[in-house]
Formats: sequence, C-alpha cells, structure tokens
Amino acid sequence: MLDVQRIRADFPILQRTVNGKPLVYLDNAATSQKPRAVIEALKDYYERYNANVHRGVHTLSQEATDAYEAVRGQVARFIHARAPEEVVFVRNTTEAINLVSYAWARRVLRPGDELVVTEMEHHSNLIPWQLAARDTGAVLRLVPLRDDGTLDLDRYAALLSPRTRLVAVSHMSNALGTINPVADMARLAHAHGALVLVDGAQSVPHLPVDVQALGCDFLAFSGHKMLGPTGVGVLWARREILEGMDPFLGGGNMILQVWWDHAEWNEVPFRFEAGTPDIADVVAFGPALEYLAALGMDNIRAHELELTHYALERLREIDGLVIYGPQDAASRGGVFSFGLGDLHPHDIGTVLDAEGVAIRAGHHCCQPLMRRLGVPATARASFYLYNTLEEVDALVAALGKVQQIFGRARAAV
Amino acid sequence: MNPGLPSLDELYREVILDHYQSPRNRGRLADPDVASAGSNPLCGDEIELSLRIRDGQVADVAFEGRGCSISQASASMMTEAIKGRPLAEVREVLGAFKRLMTERDATDVDLAALGDLEALQGVRRYPVRVKCAVLPWNVLQESLDLYRAGQARARAREE
Repeated sequence: MLDVQRIRADFPILQRTVNGKPLVYLDNAATSQKPRAVIEALKDYYERYNANVHRGVHTLSQEATDAYEAVRGQVARFIHARAPEEVVFVRNTTEAINLVSYAWARRVLRPGDELVVTEMEHHSNLIPWQLAARDTGAVLRLVPLRDDGTLDLDRYAALLSPRTRLVAVSHMSNALGTINPVADMARLAHAHGALVLVDGAQSVPHLPVDVQALGCDFLAFSGHKMLGPTGVGVLWARREILEGMDPFLGGGNMILQVWWDHAEWNEVPFRFEAGTPDIADVVAFGPALEYLAALGMDNIRAHELELTHYALERLREIDGLVIYGPQDAASRGGVFSFGLGDLHPHDIGTVLDAEGVAIRAGHHCCQPLMRRLGVPATARASFYLYNTLEEVDALVAALGKVQQIFGRARAAV
Repeated sequence: MNPGLPSLDELYREVILDHYQSPRNRGRLADPDVASAGSNPLCGDEIELSLRIRDGQVADVAFEGRGCSISQASASMMTEAIKGRPLAEVREVLGAFKRLMTERDATDVDLAALGDLEALQGVRRYPVRVKCAVLPWNVLQESLDLYRAGQARARAREE
C-alpha cells in the first residue's frame, strides 16, 4: 500500500487552499499535479545545461542530449518496449494519434478500407480518423457501447473483416472509466490483418501497461497526466512499422542528407521529431517516470481500486446521483462521471469549487458519447495516487452542499 | 443552515433559483414574428427564443431551453424584462445587461431599471459562468437583428 501522506508532501500544490478550503484535486483525468522532483528538474535544466540537442559538439549540448535520450530509455522500460528507438516524443496524445493518421494511415488506406473506433473515444481518437477517412475514401466503423458502459465485443468481432486496416481504441475511457480488454481486441484484429492503436492517455498513468502483453502496434499517451510537465507526449510503435512510415513533419533533425529537390530521412525515431523538441519538459518527465516506477504501478492501481470501491459506495448513498459507466470497481478506473438529479454539471462544479473540490464539468471531449448517454454534459471526479479516502468524504460532503442550495429553492417554490 | 460561502450565496440568489425552478414565459409562440436559437457547445446550454412584435413593442415572448441554472434563470428574467416594452427600450436593457456582465466597472448601469436581473450581478465574480448568463441575450440580439433586417427588406419591397 502507498504511504499517501508521504506522497502528498512531495506535491507542493496540494498544500494550497482554494476559496479558504484545503484543495481537493479530483481533476486528474484532465491533468495530474507535479511532484517537487519534476519542478526542480525543469529549473535545473535551464540553470545548468540548457542547449539544443543532437546538434552541437559542446559540453552543454552533449549533456542536454544525454538527458533527453536517457528519458527515451526510461519511457521504453516503463511500457516494456523492445528498444528506445520505438519511442517518439511528441507534444501530447492528440499529436501522437495524428502522427499515425498522417504518416501511416494516409499512406496505406485505400477507398473502401475500414477504420474501427469505439463509441467511447475521446475526440482525439475520433477526429483524426474522420479526417483520414475523408481524405482516402476509407470508411469509419463504430463499436457500439452497451448500456453498462462497456463495449459490445460481439458487435466488435462482427465488424472486423479483411477490409479492416486499423482498430483505434482507448485503453481506459476518460469519461466512463471503463477499462477495455484491448489485448483480446488486438488478437482479434490481428487475425484479420488489421493493426491496433491504443489510446493510453488514461491507462498508462494509472495501470501497469506492457505493450508486449497488450500486443498492440501503436500506443499513445501524455506525460502531463502522469506527473510530468505539459508539452510531452509519447508515440510508441513497433520498430518495423515506424521504419516503414514516411515523416509527419519536415524540417531539421528528421533528415540524413538534403538536396535542393529531395532528402533522405533520418532513422527512427528521429525521422518523426522535426525541429527543436520540448527538451526541458522531456528531461523533467524523467523524474516523473522514476517516481511512478519507484512506487510501482501495481501499488498505484491497488490504491486507486481502494478509492474506487469507497467512492462507489459513498456516491451511491447520495439521493438522485447517477454514476455513468461500469458499476464494479474491477472493470473501471478511478474516473467517475455522474449526474445529480436534473442539475447541470456546471452548477455542481461551481458549488464544489467553493468547497475547494476541483472536478471537471462538461462533455469531456466526448460529444457523441454524451449524446449516446442522453445528457448534455456530466460532472466528473477523477482520482490519482495522492488522493485519500478523506477526500472522497469531502466530495460527498460538497455534493451535500449542492443539494442544500438547490433543495432550498425547491422547498421555497 | 449555511449553504456555502457568501460569494456562493451571491451567485445563487433566491430569485435566480426561483426563476430556474419555475421559469416564466416558457414554451414556443405559435405564430412568432421572429425566432432564434443559440447554444454554448462547451457546457451544453441551449436557448430558443420566439417573439411576437406589434406596433414596435414586444407583444409576447417565450423561451425554450436546457442548461445550467444561470442560463435558464437569465432567460426567464429576460422575458419578463422585455415583455410589453418598445423595441428601443429592449435594446437599451440588452445593452445595459451585457455591460453589467462584461465590464469591470459598469457603474453607470441603472440597476433599478433591470428589475430581477440585478440579481445576476454575482455572476461577474465567476468569469466562466458569464457566458451562461449572456447566452439568452445573444439570442435576443440575434432575434432583434433578424427582425430589423426583415422589416428593412419589407420596406424595400414596398418602395
């Protein structure tokens, strides 16, 4: 089990108050807070060895390059990649998926080919495929959602055919918390000759993720949701796939030889990292990975399971509260989308904020999913390794305040 | 019972919650002279407005919509504030309300003239909620502009 009080002491922001109340930060699915080691690594880089990478012969450039490349190795170990060369640094999950859409999908897709996505995808794992389909004449197919918030896997199996070129699926839903059986889905897809892209934006920060065990071909995730700085995303892909891909963006660093009218591409992963990358933030992502690895992703998952069990139990006590997505802790992560009577999520969010409780209110970049659920938006509380059972109690108490305020008016009518 | 911080009480004033839970002039006019709709896609607030205009006055008005308490209460109060008033005055109220919501120092706005709407002042302290309060008024603005353009076209045809 995690020593949560000790962990909390590593996160300076958790000491602050909001509207006079201790901050209860439950918007981790949007972005996580950062430990002191990450914040200090940023400062240390700029104060001691700020220089461009892969360029100079001077000491600073060598130190910066070593630090930058060391984090590539850390990422590879973290997700059990075969080699650091399979790790491409981008800005975020969205850019990683777009890279695949532009540099892979547009090259291989032919009219009538099919792309399979699911009804629970974030816009970032939907729109890039809509665009690729529009540009190539490929067809987008949707795996439907069942009423319990899980994917209809029978319908998924029936959708696959020799025309399927890619299955793009989120490992854990950012809106429902559902954990999808991506390893089984990948096996099925491969049997039809399709490749599999896993959106790991919500899973890599919260679950042990092993790309060999998942058996996927692409994995996309963001550093800022897993204690790292903003500005760093990761695309992992099997080396042989990356080597067969054209560049995404053209410019410096991604070439070997350049003539006036053509160029020879650099080796992977540099082929996909045109221009000066976000060196400082990649370097500071290192301590974030180290922090997670030291605690152990199994232990983090166990802690979040405990929070999830408790949150499910306490939230169910609230009159009129509906939790969307799976109702058992084992098949979901610590992301709770909910509604409270007929109240709009923004009213819930505003009252909670006055109590120091930070949640997300909105469509969570899942507008088609919201339509499927029949709501304009939901309130969403999402947990991480530094959250406590007492913070679940604080959430429940704050929701009581919401009912008090809006019940007061109802009583007066 | 203390329902929260003073600022929260200021946002969710009784009169706002009352309009939210018992909206006035809710529905659609059967035969409107002008109708318009708008939404805030980010939060999912939606407002539809229909107006009947006679002799340069708002003879009747109705709204449909769904969304947060602030957007719906603002719409309800707005219909009360403009019903029966000449269009010139309606434009004045519209301008005054928008200034109240968006200008830091709107001291020249005559609060008494705004009636219940004055209660929405507290929204200013919640910048992300200002667009909720203003949505129905943007729809009203569009309705008035549509009506005016329609009148101009009709005049042009007569000439």
